[in-house]
Amino acid sequence: MDMLMEYLKAFVVGGVICVLGQILLDKVKMTTGKIMVTFLLAGAFLTAIGLYQPLVDFAGTGATVPISGFGYALAKGAIEEVGKEGFMGAFTGGIKATAAGITAAIVFGYLAAVLSNPKSKS
Amino acid sequence: MANIKQIKNEYQEIVKSHSPKNKVMQNSLRAFWVGGIICTVGQGLSNLYMYYGLSKDDASMVATVSLVLLSAIFTAFNIYDNIGKYGGAGALIPITGFANSMVSAAMEYKKEGYIYGMGAKLFTIAGPVIVFGTIASVIIGIIYYFV
Repeated sequence: MDMLMEYLKAFVVGGVICVLGQILLDKVKMTTGKIMVTFLLAGAFLTAIGLYQPLVDFAGTGATVPISGFGYALAKGAIEEVGKEGFMGAFTGGIKATAAGITAAIVFGYLAAVLSNPKSKS
Repeated sequence: MANIKQIKNEYQEIVKSHSPKNKVMQNSLRAFWVGGIICTVGQGLSNLYMYYGLSKDDASMVATVSLVLLSAIFTAFNIYDNIGKYGGAGALIPITGFANSMVSAAMEYKKEGYIYGMGAKLFTIAGPVIVFGTIASVIIGIIYYFV
């Protein structure tokens, strides 16, 4: 039952975050790049003021998989690293915490693009 | 003349009946369940990695990497584009959408070569995201240092 609740929470919270994006897409007519940056910055900002962590604790991947979770990881990394390393932590923490994700996106992304061909628009 | 008017009216009615009544509502529902499913898959992967002994943070990170890999594969086979067409922001907002934006832009510009084509276009959307994300993390870190 606990497991089921966990999945349900991830589903609902992740879904709601995506609906917010859909509303920006349809109503505000924002471009996809701007929406991504907006969500990323919102995630980072909410993390900085301590509001995103509770959401992560509650929803797990429902909060970390959306791009706002990327902002969360960046901000959390910087904050934790400042605590450990002092001032320089502000410069190393964010990228350090997200290194795996960024590296995966670059490596897998480039490889996938090299190995495939765009389908002609039908 | 009356005939033309009638045809016009009929045409307008056909257009009305074929255009979705509440597009925002429908799109939002689709975004909700597509985005929800992607996050649920992430949760499943994360739980699987925890079962194999990873800590919660590590499992979450490896789950993210796995989703990025899956998205790259799905994009390469032209599957993710269709998910995106159906799911809208539900396919865009999750980290899979970020990976998709990289792969699809790189694929699109393959003709321009491996360096300026794919190497550069990989970052058409990912570039701004990484730039603003990095700047935000540094600012937040500096604020935390002084506060």
